[in-house]
Amino acid sequence: MAEITVTRRTPGMVLLRGDLSSDALREAASAVAGAPMPERRQASLSGDTGILWMSPDEALILLPEGRAAEAARALSQRLEGVHHLALDLSDARAVFEIEGPWLREVLAKLSPADLHPEALPLLEVRRTRLAQVPAAFWIEAEGRARLICFRSVADYVEGLLRRSVEDGPVGLFA
Amino acid sequence: MSRRLETGGLFIDRNAPMGFTFDGKDRGGFGGDTLASALLACGQLVMGRSFKYHRQRGPVSCGAEEPNALVGLGEGGLFEPNARATITPLTEGLRAISQNRWPSLAFDIGAVNAKLSKFLPAGFYYKTFLWPRAFWKHVYEPAIRRSAGLGKPPSQPDADRYEQVNTAADVLIAGGGVAGLAAAMEAGRNGARVILMEQGPRWGGRALIDAPLTGETIDGQPAADWIEMAVDTLETMPNVTMRLHTQVSGVFDHGFALAEERCADAGPAPVRARLWRIRARRIVTAQGAIERPLAFAGNDVPGVMLAGAVRDYAVGYGVAVGERVVVVTAGDDGYRTAIALVEAGLAVPALLDVRRGATGPLVERAQALGIRIEEGRGIAHVSGGQSVTGVSICAQDGPGEVIEEIACDAVAMSGGWSPAVHLWSQAGGKLTWDEGAAMFRPDHARPPTGADGSGFVLPAGGSDGAASTEDALRSGAEAGRLAAEGGVPADLAPPQAAPMPQVWVMPRDAGLALREKMWLDFQNDVKVSDVELAAREGYRSVEHAKRYTTLGMATDQGKLSNIGGLATLGHALGEAIPQVGTTTFRPPWTPIILGSIAGSATGAQFQPVRRTPMQDWHDANGADYEPVGQWRRPYSYPREGEDREAAAQRETRAVREAVGLLDASTLGKIVVKGPDAGRFMDMIYTNMMSNLAVGRCRYGLICNDSGFLMDDGVVARLSEDTWLCHTTTGGAEHIHAHMEEWLQTEWWDWQVYTANLTEQFAQVVVAGPQARKLLDRLGGMDVSREAMPFMSWAEGSLHGFDARVFRISFSGEVSYEVSVRASEGAELWQALLEEGEDLGVTPYGTEAMHILRAEKGYVMIGEESDGTITPQDLNLGWAVSKKKADFIGKRGLTRSHLADPERPRLVGLRSLDGTVIEAGAQVVGPGVTPTGQNATEGRVTSSYHSPTFGHGIAMALIRRGPERLGETVEVTRIGGGRQKAVLVDPVLYDAKGDRLNG
Amino acid sequence: MLILTCPYCGVAADETELSPGGEAHLHRAGPGSEDASVEAYLYHRSNPKGVHFERWRHAYGCGKWFHSARDTATNDVFGTYPAQVTETPQNILEAIAQRRPGWERPQ
Repeated sequence: MAEITVTRRTPGMVLLRGDLSSDALREAASAVAGAPMPERRQASLSGDTGILWMSPDEALILLPEGRAAEAARALSQRLEGVHHLALDLSDARAVFEIEGPWLREVLAKLSPADLHPEALPLLEVRRTRLAQVPAAFWIEAEGRARLICFRSVADYVEGLLRRSVEDGPVGLFA
Repeated sequence: MSRRLETGGLFIDRNAPMGFTFDGKDRGGFGGDTLASALLACGQLVMGRSFKYHRQRGPVSCGAEEPNALVGLGEGGLFEPNARATITPLTEGLRAISQNRWPSLAFDIGAVNAKLSKFLPAGFYYKTFLWPRAFWKHVYEPAIRRSAGLGKPPSQPDADRYEQVNTAADVLIAGGGVAGLAAAMEAGRNGARVILMEQGPRWGGRALIDAPLTGETIDGQPAADWIEMAVDTLETMPNVTMRLHTQVSGVFDHGFALAEERCADAGPAPVRARLWRIRARRIVTAQGAIERPLAFAGNDVPGVMLAGAVRDYAVGYGVAVGERVVVVTAGDDGYRTAIALVEAGLAVPALLDVRRGATGPLVERAQALGIRIEEGRGIAHVSGGQSVTGVSICAQDGPGEVIEEIACDAVAMSGGWSPAVHLWSQAGGKLTWDEGAAMFRPDHARPPTGADGSGFVLPAGGSDGAASTEDALRSGAEAGRLAAEGGVPADLAPPQAAPMPQVWVMPRDAGLALREKMWLDFQNDVKVSDVELAAREGYRSVEHAKRYTTLGMATDQGKLSNIGGLATLGHALGEAIPQVGTTTFRPPWTPIILGSIAGSATGAQFQPVRRTPMQDWHDANGADYEPVGQWRRPYSYPREGEDREAAAQRETRAVREAVGLLDASTLGKIVVKGPDAGRFMDMIYTNMMSNLAVGRCRYGLICNDSGFLMDDGVVARLSEDTWLCHTTTGGAEHIHAHMEEWLQTEWWDWQVYTANLTEQFAQVVVAGPQARKLLDRLGGMDVSREAMPFMSWAEGSLHGFDARVFRISFSGEVSYEVSVRASEGAELWQALLEEGEDLGVTPYGTEAMHILRAEKGYVMIGEESDGTITPQDLNLGWAVSKKKADFIGKRGLTRSHLADPERPRLVGLRSLDGTVIEAGAQVVGPGVTPTGQNATEGRVTSSYHSPTFGHGIAMALIRRGPERLGETVEVTRIGGGRQKAVLVDPVLYDAKGDRLNG
Repeated sequence: MLILTCPYCGVAADETELSPGGEAHLHRAGPGSEDASVEAYLYHRSNPKGVHFERWRHAYGCGKWFHSARDTATNDVFGTYPAQVTETPQNILEAIAQRRPGWERPQ
């Protein structure tokens, strides 16, 4: 099924822990990411930067490759005196881009999450289990999704995705 | 003899001939055939043998409930045993073999068991082979195992692919007959997200065959037209997903259901089967009903079949199971079969109806066709061995005096229908006994309940007891509407069931000679007399009687036999059927392929294997791995001519004499930051961490609140409000989780954030007398003794890498741990190898790491500790603060048993002969235990050959060990014998720390 | 297969996305506690057949600990709530009272 592609990406990523509802944090994160702080479970994207809501006190800032270390420092400077934790986590994660018409089914074969378009609307970040490892994914536009997992299992996850693609569509959401 | 009819066969395509083989012989069938219908069409009635007596078995059914026609399919990696021929679609080139016979299906040595049946009653294996005792294991059991059993397991790995898929639904409908279709249409029109699944290859269920026989219509249309309309309508609904070849096999808590789709049954597919994992708000069970056999003598002779199956073969597949078919029935259903057979041009010499005075359209139609109807009659016994040659008929109400013998070559039997209540019952739905209809049916007032406490399974159609197509339609539509609305089964009126007399043995007063030939379970050879024997021997519980007799324990799980078995048990015990109750219904509904349970978790996807940034180098340089959790860490790097142990010895020497490199990227790295981080660190670790100076490192221990050691590692203070905690490889995730648990659930008002940075960094241990020189060569950071003393750390640019360097040691040598971005780990590793080549730099694995630490007397979590060990047990009391008011485990450690001076404590152990003591060996203590075995007073936790000292070294936990240095003890050896060893100080290497601090 | 809604991220999580954490609302017995209360804290669990308060972590999701009130016999779920409480919230107790009239928390 050649109509689905799986591509490894290497964006910069900054983990930000703090009170996501505080103005200080929201402003600092937006300034660094160039996108507003998202609501619960949402991704807020602007070009190749953006912010993912990960938990009530955790966000993941997406940046172009190589910009994360500097961005984490900048965040901490802006948040001087505000309780927070900002760290470059670009190397701790692996990111895949999945493109194609039935990518929802590629993911539905691996995760217990409901991939139905009404259950997982565009730009909603679903942290879940992918086969036997934790992962997070969101669908940016129908036909294009991104998935984040731990670096050490990147080969395993890539194998899962490729096998799911090889085994073809299910005919469930397409 | 069975044969193909000249005309007819709704399901087959006579223009699509297909070749296949059975036991190596070439056969032919048509597209649309099942393997069973094609074999019957070829005159092959016998398809297998029974489990215990090896009796010849023909198919008794035409569906998934089949107990007899089990065959092996395919070859090699595609071989599958125990496939039911009745639901195996015929495909071109299919290769099938019969099972449980030797040397051939027609002639089988094991059939001698049947002659010995007097000696093989229910539970025979519990009472026949008791003496002499030794014979069981070596004579009886092997003999029984050879002669029992069905298909052989495949000899090769499964070559097929499988997958799983997850989805959710508002309404999941199990069964695509009239009720299921009606339910799907109603639910679909309501806008619900609907999944409709049918196990068979076509929609419409029994209505396709049964409705035309009596001219029944659905909504005023012929059944086939209505079914086509329904399917067309559903296919236009985007909210409805439909699947044929898919059984809903299990219903579980909170609306979770499993379904197995046999993708390859519909034609070539990338995966043979797909397991669906469905979360459904409501589930409609519309799997129909299962026809019951009648228990008469000789009811297992090939050619005796369920009446519904006989007409399915005739009408559906154009197959006559015989030329002259006697029909015997307890209800109306036998009439349908008789009518179908006569219309197909076959002879029905007699229709035996146990009832008297039956009326209705079916009876009238049979009469109009001139069929001879005998009222109040049954079968006394069937004649024939390999196939039916005739029946002797008798009065049902009597002992079985033969009235007449009728020649025939097949018998169609109908003992009534049992609703398929399996899915309803699996998740906890209760049943009620309908005395008039002689069936267990779903009790709508006691359904399986979901998270909100309301019933989430709605039975419909035959599964709910419906007897007519009209009732199935109404009940299905109502269930579908209610399901879409989130309604409950209590609001659903049960359909009308057909009245049915209870005929559990035929004739009613049959003597033992007949009851010994009445089969209940065809596959496991359980007869009426066996269940009666179990009752006489005291098996009053249906669950016990089932296991004692093996009734219902065959691959069909009693779909045909259970009701007859429990009625027989009830009769023998003088109890009514509802008092006897049913056995437990458990998933799966019918067998599913093990491969679909594994799904895609095979090969590289079997389990995740975590890789470090340097793993490619390890792969390319001959690393011999050992699993450490989901990581694979190099145990050693054997060179040409070396085994893994020799390599570890060499690597150990290299660290002691030159410099070694260890990939320590797997060690946990957790950041703890915040205004309350110091306070939190003091709670997490047993020793003080808040007073650690920035730039310094400290070894720390983590206990659980019981006081038992969980993990250890070096903590570095990164800044005023930030600590970096190193954990063991296995501890990275669970220590992070442990910290979060306490922060979230106990001290949620503390201002602390944690993050697991384990995979952000590659970490390399550079250890040995040449370590400093090597790092100096890399350049960029001052790692001198003065600038970087033991237990300090620094940040800088090392050889152009952004690096943190920790001066810490797990080997006893001068040692640095260099941490860089994971993406730069491989480059750092390469740079260290190149710069250190002339210094003798040597990559070392976990075994050398273990030997080095053991020589130095350092403990290893998981070797010296096992979840029942305290810091004091390991002589680490110095790392347990006495000053702190509280820490996790402080109170636990004061419990009397943990503070007991008699506890085993860590000590070194050296064998008197210098050999390596076996790790895990017991230290023999004085006296014997209450059971008369040698008492022990400790055990060996780690043991290695030390290249540094040239003899075996070991660590052990021994009662009062440190107080007994110099004492000689005995340790056990595998396979017997003892070894003498002396208790020594566990710190063997550089006790003063000159090398470590050098 | 239980399905529990995480009160932090709002995901109706599959049981396989959660890790169980045993009984909720235990009171830690730290230094200075009597032996009996330490024993109770470490080992005594109510293990009721019926209404039970238990801890779960949304391990494969937002990582947060939460509590659930569940009937251990029927798997009715009366509600989930954040772990940052010392007592069961009133709305959960009301949901239990409605569906299990007469239920009282065992002493």
